[in-house]
Amino acid sequence: MSSAPFIGVLALQGDVREHVAALTRVGVRSGAVRSLDQLDACDGLVIPGGESTTMSRLALIDGWFEPLRSMRATGVPMYGSCAGMIMLADQVLDARPDQETVGGLDVVVRRNAFGRQVDSFEIDIEMPVVGSEPFHAVFIRAPWVESVGQDVQVLAEISSGARAGTIVAVRQGSVLATSFHPELTPDDRVHRYFVDMVQGRV
Amino acid sequence: MNEQVGTDRVKRGMAEMLKGGVIMDVVDAEQAKIAEDAGAVAVMALERVPADIRAQGGVARMSDPEMITGIMDVVSIPVMAKARIGHFGEAKVLQSLGVDYIDESEVLTPADYANHIDKKAYTVPFVCGATNLGEALRRITEGAAMIRSKGEAGTGDVSNAVTHMRKILGEIRWLRSMAEDELYVAAKELQAPYELVAEVAREGKLPVVLFTAGGIATPADAAMMMQLGADGVFVGSGIFKSGDPKARAEAIVSATHNFDKPEIVAEACKGLGEAMVGINVADIPVHHRLEDRGW
Repeated sequence: MSSAPFIGVLALQGDVREHVAALTRVGVRSGAVRSLDQLDACDGLVIPGGESTTMSRLALIDGWFEPLRSMRATGVPMYGSCAGMIMLADQVLDARPDQETVGGLDVVVRRNAFGRQVDSFEIDIEMPVVGSEPFHAVFIRAPWVESVGQDVQVLAEISSGARAGTIVAVRQGSVLATSFHPELTPDDRVHRYFVDMVQGRV
Repeated sequence: MNEQVGTDRVKRGMAEMLKGGVIMDVVDAEQAKIAEDAGAVAVMALERVPADIRAQGGVARMSDPEMITGIMDVVSIPVMAKARIGHFGEAKVLQSLGVDYIDESEVLTPADYANHIDKKAYTVPFVCGATNLGEALRRITEGAAMIRSKGEAGTGDVSNAVTHMRKILGEIRWLRSMAEDELYVAAKELQAPYELVAEVAREGKLPVVLFTAGGIATPADAAMMMQLGADGVFVGSGIFKSGDPKARAEAIVSATHNFDKPEIVAEACKGLGEAMVGINVADIPVHHRLEDRGW
């Protein structure tokens, strides 16, 4: 392994380019992962935002689920934003009955929990693991975390307004997930935190 | 900071989440379910697909709200709907229904031959068609959060979609090659605001997602458009006017994702039955061509 780790972005569908750009800004090597044989080269993997039903279906027909599950089982860190959070959750509400996930996060996630696109919003939230400055979070037809298992660490909740107390960022061991899209803002602290996970610093 | 809805970031961001995906025209709940099952990233709810609008003629308008909400009720993926160019009355109705995106579309009969909808005034995001870079930038100036090539809808003839994608991307390459002091005249020639032209020259891409539309009927069509540089694909009449819509929908989703793997596209092309009956764009009288609607 060369000095900078390689963090792949799973390119089934969604905003792959934005995650690659954010990871590159943080100083690691990154690129889209479009075929199974690229997984071996990944020191960490991001599952981007997109449509989780589409990702799940493409993962199923192209045979991604088992390789991704064994990759996660060996402890390769994974981070999912929005649809990526759904892909990493053990249980999903308001999903298609046959919607499969990679799993690994002992949480119950509700799809499109905040409403339709006209309800999509931006808000400042507190996320102490990335620093004391508020994080400007972008929620697009976003899921929320409805409940967490005992080994799951809650990293952020919405701190004000009608949705105060809603869980929107979690970590369980080597798996990180956010309801929101840090890749759509210039604030790279969530990506930096994930790189720190990959490098074993946090 | 308090919660903000309807910002440029959530409107444009929504389109970013659709990248690499297929958006399918559907006319009822049953078709919408087939589209969702096949892996569509969104559906476009409308009463008549473009091929039928073309065949039946007359004035084409926004669809019945009951039909649109009927589709919203049965699928969990985003639902888009079309408003006529310049018809802000229809746009307000569609926003009140809670659709996820409005397509201000040349497929419907224009309501205003001078002005497009002031799209900045809405919480719901808009997608608009374009045939060239200047047109795309004028729509973005009005607030469009997503652009698609116009192509020639309802034909199954992909040639105009190719022309429009090559034109838009070619003009972006042309801007990138220019000296900074040449961009003022470029903005004049493109009939677009200088700031936006300078941004495109600097970034080498549109500030919003660029999909392709208008005549895509086969998996190979979709794969080619992705290779040309489209971020994703709209398929209008191509799926539900074909012999086996379910198989074709799945095949176009697979080919759009695997656009750079010809052996997978080949698999996707096998045994799909009849494609939609096509119309050559050259055989359509000029005044019946949809690409010239919008300016």
